[in-house]
Amino acid sequence: MLSTAGTESLAVSDSLAVERTLAGDRDAYRVLVDRYSLYLYRLAYRMTGNSHDAEEVVQEAFLRAYQKLSQFAGNSNFGTWVYRIAANYSIDRIRQRNVEEARQAAPTRLNEDGSELDPVVLVKDPSASPERLASSSELAAKMKEALDDLTPAERTAIVMRHWEGCAIEEIAAVLKSNSNATKNTVFRAVAKLRKALEPFSEFRDTARAMGTES
Amino acid sequence: MNHMTEEQLIAYRDGETRGRENFANHLNDCMECQHELARLNTFFAALDALPVPDPGQNFADRVWHSISPRLEEKRARWWNVFLQPQRILAFAAMAAVIALAFFVGRYTKTTPSPDQTALDTGKTRERILVVAVGNHLGRSEMILMELANAEPRKGQKLMNISAEQKRAEDLLEENRLYRQTAARDGDKLMASTLDELEPILLDIANSPDEITPAQFEAIQKRIAAKGILLKIRVVDQDLRERAGTAKPAPAQGDTPSKERNKA
Repeated sequence: MLSTAGTESLAVSDSLAVERTLAGDRDAYRVLVDRYSLYLYRLAYRMTGNSHDAEEVVQEAFLRAYQKLSQFAGNSNFGTWVYRIAANYSIDRIRQRNVEEARQAAPTRLNEDGSELDPVVLVKDPSASPERLASSSELAAKMKEALDDLTPAERTAIVMRHWEGCAIEEIAAVLKSNSNATKNTVFRAVAKLRKALEPFSEFRDTARAMGTES
Repeated sequence: MNHMTEEQLIAYRDGETRGRENFANHLNDCMECQHELARLNTFFAALDALPVPDPGQNFADRVWHSISPRLEEKRARWWNVFLQPQRILAFAAMAAVIALAFFVGRYTKTTPSPDQTALDTGKTRERILVVAVGNHLGRSEMILMELANAEPRKGQKLMNISAEQKRAEDLLEENRLYRQTAARDGDKLMASTLDELEPILLDIANSPDEITPAQFEAIQKRIAAKGILLKIRVVDQDLRERAGTAKPAPAQGDTPSKERNKA
């Protein structure tokens, strides 16, 4: 935290930190790293699905932001700008990972700690209540697996829309798409995830005939 | 009416306003759509329940130590100084005042004698400074007044001062320029007032967008402690008098500011 002489220490504003960084004060950039690291990590984790990739995304986002800082020129909020960089890099990282995984023959899915997922946990549990389901490891594992099966654009759309509460236009900007197409991407992601959760009783009934007369 | 589609239910849940009344009416009457909406809510609740592991308290430090060796040294380019928005604004404001003074002088003057020309040049310069600094002090006074008179609401944890902060940032550049000019001209009263104003503007400009009531009170105390508002008003009043009275030109070598300092 930077402070001015003779005052109580007040946090430096984003725009001033950017200005100082551009003027050659590299430590001023640390203020921004401190301020936005966790924020980016949450986004990156939900997009990539694992801590290792999420940490890499955060580092890379700050590096890219630093390199392009002169282009940023204070036109928007630094947080929003670096967030978009992180979202874009997450998409790159997912695509890169998909390519790597496709090259590898063994399709075994692993837990975050490297151990193999127990296939039993993916079996439906007809007696599960919504409360139990919401916190159960079975559901979490299945949801995680279903998220991994989304395309990078679908995953970005659902993460930014649902968890981050972003506007459709904001998501469209990251996906380099238009609003209607982006809305459809969100709907598609929701439909895929719900379908993947059909083995669980509380979600099974989703395949009702839509569009019929009531 | 047809049952609502999944897309319509999601849009309704997201607060979509188009056709909302119709959908609300339908949902009131249609048990099947109500159940579908409930299932959708369960789905999103399950999505919410997916945990994000804590990366650790020193996560930001880890990120910094990892990237800092890879950050290239940024060399400040001299033109960056001029391309910063607040500086562009300050220069534009000064250029506008100078242009205005030029045209006022051009269209109001008759053919001057050489002595008169020298005196008029001094007067024009004085007039420019009076108008520009008067405007600057007026805007500074407004920010300080707003901050001095504001009070946090009961129980308010954070106060947003982003608008004042941005305005203070803009004024800071102007303040430096005017202070230097006043000091160069030997206008001690103006130079010292601007000198005292500068750290206060700097404090406000350097504050985060949102500050705690305690931080806010510290700023208010600083404004009150220096009596800066009173000093600004004194200088401002003096500038008005200088702008309003057509004093005879001072003796050679004695600028109006020097006269004032003597007084």
